Amino acid sequence: MKLSIEEVEHIADLARLRLTDAEKRRFATQLSDILDYAARLDELDTSQIRPTASVLDMQLRLREDAARPGLLQDDILKNAAETENGQFKVPPVFGD
Amino acid sequence: MTDLTELTLREMLAGLPARDFSSRELTEACLRRIEALEPEIHAFITLTTDNALVQADAADRQLSNSGVDLPPLTGLPIAVKDVLCLQDVPCTCGSKILEGFIPPYTATCVKRLLEAGAFTLGKTNTDEFAMGSSTENSAYGPTHNPWDLERVPGGSSGGSAAAVAARFVPAAFGTDTGGSIRQPCAFCGTTGLKPTYGRTSRYGLVAYGSSLDCVGMIARNAADLALLFQHMAGFDPLDATSVQIPVPDYAPPESTDLKGMRIGVPEEYFIEGIQPEVADRVRAAIAQLESQGAVAVSVSLPHTEYALPVYYLIAPAEASANLARYDGIRFGPRLGDGEDLWEMFTETRGEKFGPEVKRRIMLGTYALSAGYYEAYYGKAQKVRTLIKRDFEQAFEKVDVIAAPVAPTTAFRFGQHTDDPLAMYLEDVFTLPANLAGVPGLAFPVGYDNDGLPVGMQLMGPHFKEDVLLRVGHAYQLATAWHERWPII
Repeated sequence: MKLSIEEVEHIADLARLRLTDAEKRRFATQLSDILDYAARLDELDTSQIRPTASVLDMQLRLREDAARPGLLQDDILKNAAETENGQFKVPPVFGD
Repeated sequence: MTDLTELTLREMLAGLPARDFSSRELTEACLRRIEALEPEIHAFITLTTDNALVQADAADRQLSNSGVDLPPLTGLPIAVKDVLCLQDVPCTCGSKILEGFIPPYTATCVKRLLEAGAFTLGKTNTDEFAMGSSTENSAYGPTHNPWDLERVPGGSSGGSAAAVAARFVPAAFGTDTGGSIRQPCAFCGTTGLKPTYGRTSRYGLVAYGSSLDCVGMIARNAADLALLFQHMAGFDPLDATSVQIPVPDYAPPESTDLKGMRIGVPEEYFIEGIQPEVADRVRAAIAQLESQGAVAVSVSLPHTEYALPVYYLIAPAEASANLARYDGIRFGPRLGDGEDLWEMFTETRGEKFGPEVKRRIMLGTYALSAGYYEAYYGKAQKVRTLIKRDFEQAFEKVDVIAAPVAPTTAFRFGQHTDDPLAMYLEDVFTLPANLAGVPGLAFPVGYDNDGLPVGMQLMGPHFKEDVLLRVGHAYQLATAWHERWPII
């Protein structure tokens, strides 16, 4: 299979990545090669096989809902590009 | 006076409380080597020299104050791969997108060794977000292999492996998602342990492929690793996949005797195309284990060849979700004109992620996208089950499996940079252990015709790190490959 430039642009959109035209062309080729290689999985009949999401046979735990010390707001905010009134600040979410 | 950096970690820990030397002397010996050789090797992204000397002096005060029950690693300098958070020290993950990020907390595994008395000399180089097999994907420049500066140290924990091989530190943290501890150990002649998935906490490890990521350690030998691993392993309520089962005593017996140990030899790992010296040295190492009483048994892991396509669907899929958090809001730089949210996302991510990270985000996004999820991600998860079963069946017959770590010894810079698939093929022997969640121990078993180290890995059933360390230590008691230094 061969991914088209339009398909690459669609994936980049989903991934929120701005790509240059050169990157789009390169990824179209490279991703196609990798996906062709991955197609060898189709040699295997997996109709009766359950998927493995985790290698451990364990139930996810729930912790007790109790107050405990955690990170402080200032510690968390100090790495942000922009903050205001103890919150992360971002450009407008809705346009005009 | 002898060069203190030549001591093993256990010798250091014996000499410090005996006051044969001080922690400051040991730390300064490490720093002298770093000062002399780091410009050529570039093992570190960040050095924490001033703080290390303060810590060394504090340790010396405690060590001189006899009668005090001190933590077992007091005065020991180590290094930390720069994908693990260390409070108040920059964490870059080898990426420009985390430039300026200073974590407000410390990863559990690191914290445990600090609480046991160790301190850090710095953060080591890595492929960006641990995605790579050579450190050539670090945004801060590659690390050079101490055995041959024209060659890569392996990756992604190449900085840690090179730092140990160059005797900058006696041990360093690594992480292993698809071979990132074992493969650089093979390339640099060091010994490294990738634990069972869930045995060590992932809290404070910057996530790449969450169902695969493991925190482990790189050192000069198996016995040193066992000592460190004793303090790292164990349940952590802060990691949802941390396993709540008891931690055994990892200290290996001081014996070369391996009577009754069944060593599985999977023919699928001695394929055509493997460098002949690699296959030869690994087979010789298996013969050595037999001479110590072990029994070699042929086993089959028939789905080995599918590990590569499975990994390169699952890991990028998980990465594409994990790396969605780099959006210019909470950490790292922010681009765009400040008027448009969408533009802020796409500009920041497009500009600050490197090529391999973008490639894997794209691949993973595609594999998870509507219409392709079942064909790619779903299929890969099913074949993962088959790979896991291969190991379960093999471990009914044998105690450990012995195999090459990588098909070749360290390759030259630029050899694979234009062909991602060729680079991915370097991981062909390390990926299965991650997909099955089993532990792996890599160590040197000889050298190729160019004098480059050859690594072998032992893989074991879940939570059998103690068996791997026992076999590794027995081998290292009987051989001296791990005691060679690179001449630099």
